[in-house]
Amino acid sequence: MYGIYGETITERVGVINLGTEGCMIAGALAGYAFTYKSGLPFMGVLMGALCGGLLAFIHSLLVIYRGANQLATGLTIMFMGVGITAFLGIDYVSVSCKGLSPVAIPLLSQIPVLGPVVFNQDILTYISYILCPLLTWFLFKSRSGLILRAAGEDSEVLSVYGYNPKLVKMAGVILGGMISGIGGAQLSMAYTHTWIENMTNGRGVVAVALVVLAGYNPKYAMIGAYVFGGAQALQLLLQAQGVNISTFILQMFPYIFTIFALFIAAKSGKQSAPAELKKIIESSAN
Amino acid sequence: MRKEMKKLLGTGLAGLSVAAMLSGCTGTEGGADTAQVSAADNGDAAVVGFIFVGAKDDYGYNKAAYLGSLAVEEKFGDKVKVLRSENVPETEEASRTLEQMIQQGATVLFPTSYGHLYPAMDVAEKHPDLVFYHQGGLECADNLGTYFGTIYEPYYLAGMAAGAATESDKLGFVGSFPIPQVIENINAFELGAKAMNPDVTTTVIFTSSWSDPALQTSAANSLIDSGCDVIAQHQDSTKTIIELCEDKGVYAVGYHADASELAPNMWLTAAIWKWDELFCDMAETAIEGKFDGSIYDGKYRAGIAEGVVDLASFGPSVSQETKDAINEVKQKMIDGTFSAFSGLIKDQNGNVVCEDGHTMTVDEAESMNYFVEGVIGTIEE
Repeated sequence: MYGIYGETITERVGVINLGTEGCMIAGALAGYAFTYKSGLPFMGVLMGALCGGLLAFIHSLLVIYRGANQLATGLTIMFMGVGITAFLGIDYVSVSCKGLSPVAIPLLSQIPVLGPVVFNQDILTYISYILCPLLTWFLFKSRSGLILRAAGEDSEVLSVYGYNPKLVKMAGVILGGMISGIGGAQLSMAYTHTWIENMTNGRGVVAVALVVLAGYNPKYAMIGAYVFGGAQALQLLLQAQGVNISTFILQMFPYIFTIFALFIAAKSGKQSAPAELKKIIESSAN
Repeated sequence: MRKEMKKLLGTGLAGLSVAAMLSGCTGTEGGADTAQVSAADNGDAAVVGFIFVGAKDDYGYNKAAYLGSLAVEEKFGDKVKVLRSENVPETEEASRTLEQMIQQGATVLFPTSYGHLYPAMDVAEKHPDLVFYHQGGLECADNLGTYFGTIYEPYYLAGMAAGAATESDKLGFVGSFPIPQVIENINAFELGAKAMNPDVTTTVIFTSSWSDPALQTSAANSLIDSGCDVIAQHQDSTKTIIELCEDKGVYAVGYHADASELAPNMWLTAAIWKWDELFCDMAETAIEGKFDGSIYDGKYRAGIAEGVVDLASFGPSVSQETKDAINEVKQKMIDGTFSAFSGLIKDQNGNVVCEDGHTMTVDEAESMNYFVEGVIGTIEE
């Protein structure tokens, strides 16, 4: 979820960060390690965000100020994140740490079927529920969001208005990386209570793909993320029920469902890539 | 694009990562960039090389093999140099790592992961004078022997503990891939459970990964939600699921190594590896030039009788009665009067896969492509 929101912001400022995976894995390790060291989950989330932001900062520095190829840099950030965390994280593979535990919301969690699933979660999951409307408001209604989007559409106009488009872009990329970092921290601290190398396992890459498929809109991105997650849960559930379908086909479910759902969603809405992003895609095609 | 790559390399920021990218983006088992071959100054010592597919501290498969390599080092002291390389993917990268070790003087090599077999075969063909020991392989070569333990024996015993513990008569099993190594463990687990409790079923979920903690969590949660009150697993790193079991109050059956400290209340037991003595003996045989014609030249399989596999300590909830029953069967296994796969066994569809009075050979057990009666799950043909 967080990875997707982070990447939405990043791409809205006209930068594509294939290194989202790297930001997430950095957040996962930082979140776990700092929670373990300090005993404060809050510290873990904070450091997860900072480390995700740090990698995004490197990406933005290279891409925006050095004019490096975004795709190559992004891939590099991804492998760097995975490699460095595998090395730094060795000491944390076998340690146990409580992290964030689910907190049931009174009354709401009593609702049959849905209640325990939706309202008995950790705090980061609750925040992710409201993040979509929050982000939609921020990007499309607030002034800062307007400036961020302007950096992605036409940076020259932005400089006419007295803003430094490079700084604005950088802020967007870093913010995106921080949110992705929190996503990683949630995976290690709240969901699995484990750190192991490469634990994000391509989820950051899926996030990048979902953002593009979702037309850079947090709303559709959220639908995509829930369909993806839901289909994954469904395939495990079907296996648990002993449904007689090949596991290989079941494991394709998340991808097939997501593509299908986004196909429908994208058709009804306008598929509009930020203009500056289009430039990159077109120029790297040459 | 190429220019950009060079530019990046120039910044020195990403040399490692780009190398990892070029060396094969399989991404299945972590960054290849952490694979380092420790340098060795050989002297007169024989050199033995080990490669592992994952990290050494995962409470799992790699930790068990790593402990075995430590034992070799300790036993022979100055006479043997041990080279190790962790996180070696099951690709051409494994061949390269082995070649690198050979350049450093290694004459005995242990590729320890299932998928290291074919890369190791390629290297073995080029170096007919060296000895290769592959862990778990189903094929051999002139100078490549495979070794493995009949880990399904302790899985049968762990199944007995699970069958006695369950109240819902539903056991859950988080598998990795539907390959014979995994399938035989699931089958043995169910057969052991059924010996204690004829009504028990084992529901299997495959994650298609050796180690993806998020999928492990989701899979174990689905099993628990569908009523399973014992969760066993065949994953490389076992920590996530065992801790989850403790948290949710369902019983945990481990694998590879004793992880009872992770679940002080809900731990039942585990099927574990004890490679120490075997690794030492294999290394010694090869170094002395006695590999050809030895028991290790070919498919070597050892079991609970040889002490290569064993059952971990029991958790607090296992009753004395259950322990006695398990120990009795274990003793019969050691004496050779009992096998997990003998007698009348039917598959899921009711076909007889093992006749009454027949005991499966190791080859038969290792080519299983079906689940036995009582297992709920699907294997691709």
